[in-house]
Amino acid sequence: MTAGDRWQLQRLLLYSTILCSWPVLTSADAGLQRIADGVYVRPGRIAVVFEDDSIANLGLVIGSRCAAVIDTGGSVAEGRALYRAIGKLTDVPVCFVINTHVHPDHMLGNKAFQRDHVQFVGHRKLPRAVALRAGTYLQRAAEYSGGVADESQIVLPERTVSGEVQLDLGQRILILRAHATAHTDNDLSIVDPQTGTLFTGDLVFLEHLPVLDGSINGWLGELDQLMGETFERVVPGHGPVLAAWPQAGEPAVRYLTELRESTRTWIARGGDLGEAQERIEVSRPEHWQLIEQYHKRNVAAAFAELEWED
Amino acid sequence: MSMQTRRRAGVGSFCLALILLAALTSGAQATTVEEDMAWTGGLRSAYFADREIKSDELITLEAPQRAENAAIVPISIKAGIPQTEDRYIRTIWLFVDKNPGPLVGKFHFTPASGRADLGLRLRVDTYSPVRAIAETNDGELHMSRSFVKASGGCSAPASSDSDAAREQLGKMKFLVRNESGEDKASEVEQPRLAQLMIRHPNRSGLQMDQVTRHYAPAEFVKQVKVSFEGEEIFEAETSFAVSENPSFRFYFVPQREGELVAEVVDTEGRQFSETYEVSPLTGEVAAKQ
Repeated sequence: MTAGDRWQLQRLLLYSTILCSWPVLTSADAGLQRIADGVYVRPGRIAVVFEDDSIANLGLVIGSRCAAVIDTGGSVAEGRALYRAIGKLTDVPVCFVINTHVHPDHMLGNKAFQRDHVQFVGHRKLPRAVALRAGTYLQRAAEYSGGVADESQIVLPERTVSGEVQLDLGQRILILRAHATAHTDNDLSIVDPQTGTLFTGDLVFLEHLPVLDGSINGWLGELDQLMGETFERVVPGHGPVLAAWPQAGEPAVRYLTELRESTRTWIARGGDLGEAQERIEVSRPEHWQLIEQYHKRNVAAAFAELEWED
Repeated sequence: MSMQTRRRAGVGSFCLALILLAALTSGAQATTVEEDMAWTGGLRSAYFADREIKSDELITLEAPQRAENAAIVPISIKAGIPQTEDRYIRTIWLFVDKNPGPLVGKFHFTPASGRADLGLRLRVDTYSPVRAIAETNDGELHMSRSFVKASGGCSAPASSDSDAAREQLGKMKFLVRNESGEDKASEVEQPRLAQLMIRHPNRSGLQMDQVTRHYAPAEFVKQVKVSFEGEEIFEAETSFAVSENPSFRFYFVPQREGELVAEVVDTEGRQFSETYEVSPLTGEVAAKQ
């Protein structure tokens, strides 16, 4: 095969891939669904990060004076679509953009909201995480889209949260809580007490296999605490948006608990990381999608943490 | 089936066929010759001049075909010969051809190692061959090669819980086991697996802070020496391609009770050391208080 043939074939592969993903890409829009009074969600699709830019559940809470956006999606285009959808829904201006954590599917849309009156809010450790990771994320996104990484798209939080912070939206208060290292080291959850709605960010996954990028012990600890509290409904970072609580936390707790136990057993037997990745299985695979993409990675993260336990 | 669904299904299977065709025909393009360009084009001669390198069973490199996490790629090397005074593997070079610094490290063994097996975790920056070259005491070179699909390992950020690694920098942990995982007095003279773990960020110097536009300076473990009762059993000279919290698995032969000593030096000149009591009769290891 000559280089020319190869190029032709690669082009064919590219075009056929685009053509074939087209019906999928247009099957969902930036439509916001009302889940409670003044509370909306743009549901994400269960898909692999970068391969699709609309995978995270995005939220909107509207007060009398201000609206708050919770996560902005996986690209500036995605952020713009959300911005337009909000404009069609309400005249109340967006005053706050809250990022639940550093992952690209939750914050690469920030740029679309960068305007004078908008304040970006995140966990105390979010600025460092963004500074270290955003460049890599943009490059990866560019590799997938065939574009060029544009670092002006990186938007850092201006206001950071330690412990708890309240945001006043006008006749409505949001409570933001900074968590200990769990899914990442910069997880923030948001409660709208008026409707009893909890936005968990990626502390809760449903259907999409949980992805461990922080601490498995910390994550189980934070979930344990959250599941002792009462909410009318929760919006997980990924999965069905009208989940009941605390039931919605249970699949993630089961997966992480079983991952922790089997990894500890493996370490105690003196097994190495490579074998552990091959051998540790997901105990209830029927509950999850994207096992292939994330489970081995989770084993590595859990192993690297748990092997230091005494 | 509605008209529209039927049309979509038709388009779908056409597309699937197209993708399969394109994937099948272009799949064979990545030949070993192309993959090995960095090696044949300079690396090989830079390190080994025109010395003969055999590709045989003297060592076997095991690496995952696809790295699930490019910053922690588990690699293991298995020796095809035991370490005897007459014939043993003296040094293993480990390369990731396409990393910014291809040489991961040089690992030295002695007859007291018992077996020149090695396990560690690497950063792999892009799709690249990984190769281990063993030099025996009589100066022969033997190579084993594998290909790893990974990307972004060297510039990948530190783990999310980097505060934990930083706070405990220099902390070490030793694990020693019989190969079978069970303790048997009769196996006293058999090589036993040891794992040395070191808390260290092992920063590559390739992670840019997007706010300050500065690269965090490289800071990594550069030398590890392990001895048993004063006799050297394992030495590593390493680069930043070793993952955060470096972990090394190697063998030694504890013919008697004794002290296993690890001495570690990093690029900042910091020195860490740990001493462990090995009791071969029970197979138990206790940290000296």
